[in-house]
Amino acid sequence: MRALARAITLVERRDPAVRELQQALRDRVRPAYVVGFTGAPGTGKSTIVDGLISLLRKQERSVAVIATDPNSPFTGGAILGDRIRMQRHALDPKVFIRSMGARGHLGGLSLAAREAIRLLGAFGFDPVILETVGVGQSELEVAAVADTTVVVLTPNLGDGVQMIKAGILEIADIFVVNKSDLEGHKRVALELRGMLNLSPKAAWRPPIIATAAVRQEGIEELWAAIEAHRKHLETTGRASAQAEKRLKDETAEVVAEVARERARDALGEDSKLSQRLLQDGTPYEVADEILRNHIMNSE
Amino acid sequence: MMATKGAVKPIRIVMGKVGLDGHDRGVKVVARALRDAGYEVIYTGLRQTPEMIVDAALQEDAQVIGLSLHSGAHMTLFPAVVEELKRRKATDIVVFGGGIIPEDDIEALKKQGVEELFTPGTPLQDIVAWLKKRFPEGGST
Ligand SMILES: Nc1nc2c(ncn2[C@@H]2O[C@H](COP(=O)(O)OP(=O)(O)OP(=O)(O)O)[C@@H](O)[C@H]2O)c(=O)[nH]1
Ligand SMILES: [Mg+2]
Repeated sequence: MRALARAITLVERRDPAVRELQQALRDRVRPAYVVGFTGAPGTGKSTIVDGLISLLRKQERSVAVIATDPNSPFTGGAILGDRIRMQRHALDPKVFIRSMGARGHLGGLSLAAREAIRLLGAFGFDPVILETVGVGQSELEVAAVADTTVVVLTPNLGDGVQMIKAGILEIADIFVVNKSDLEGHKRVALELRGMLNLSPKAAWRPPIIATAAVRQEGIEELWAAIEAHRKHLETTGRASAQAEKRLKDETAEVVAEVARERARDALGEDSKLSQRLLQDGTPYEVADEILRNHIMNSE
Repeated sequence: MMATKGAVKPIRIVMGKVGLDGHDRGVKVVARALRDAGYEVIYTGLRQTPEMIVDAALQEDAQVIGLSLHSGAHMTLFPAVVEELKRRKATDIVVFGGGIIPEDDIEALKKQGVEELFTPGTPLQDIVAWLKKRFPEGGST
């Protein structure tokens, strides 16, 4: 287990050793099914995940959770508290929980998460559940990595469903209205249904599942919906199309990461380059030069 | 050739309350101070057993375990965490503790492998300063 935990640290740090590790594990990699959870702070994501772990353990499946929280942009520090809700699974060797700070890298979370998911798959964990607080762009990153994306809402939405963040409707494969033990959950579900009916007809209509995660209610229905979505992806051929697209996206991100680093090095080390950059006042000519001299023609 | 120069290597600290007391205000204040000092704190909550907290530290690949305890059982529970680390072959993980701990016990606990102990009223900067000194290079293990 420590080997896996260490490997995930390397992934998080974007350590060069990851490359060899992933290569070595390539034949062992059985891609795990990835379920992403996102939603506003405190909507009950971790509590739902905890319920799902219990359900999956009854089916004798090994489950891994990657729970991400944002780091402070100022200090880089973070408090990662999602484990608290999953304590009843502590010491179960078939449950692996890892907290990740999102560390503010551009695209870094999805790159790190993808590689961590591969490692977890190689170690026999399937499914892998990804939890991310829906702030900033993080829910888009979850959707880019997950096979099934679950968006969690609650009855206390304040101004109601209209206030749902832009982009959320598009990324959700499944909606959960959690805390359905509280008043107002029916209204939220109804308004949401109304909104979804306005969007163009698609092959997959996101279901709305009511849960009361603190009472373990609705968890089985949620898992059934996740399974149904998985089946939908497989039977429509979308699963393989998505896998291909993601591998391409990931490759592009790796290229971008290498290029960005080389560019930073060049700009940091080459004072003539920075002088020219300041003279120009725009990045394009220097960028072309960096591309030519430091990225295309270097090994 | 994968890029890493800009990579962040924050120290990861698993914190939790061992024992049965339910006061987590103190440990949360410390957790926030450590976050503000740039550490990644994984908070595991109340009523952790030594096995649970060590297991969490292993899964999280933490370099440090921070224990808090106010039930008076520090002389059994803190060393039990150190023992569990030995059993799991993870003695490289540094343990510190906090709570109402008499001077004599502090010395005894240090001998048993708890590296540092902080009593109520310790300025938060002192805890941060100790960590900075203990991990001067910011986490590359
Ligand atoms: N009434 C009610 N409370 C719930 C339910 N599910 C979760 N909660 C409570 O909501 C609070 C937040 O739960 P979490 O599971 O930590 O929520 P989260 O979305 O993971 O929170 P962050 O990770 O901080 O964004 C806790 O106090 C839970 O006990 C539910 O079904 N009903
Ligand atoms: Mg959570």
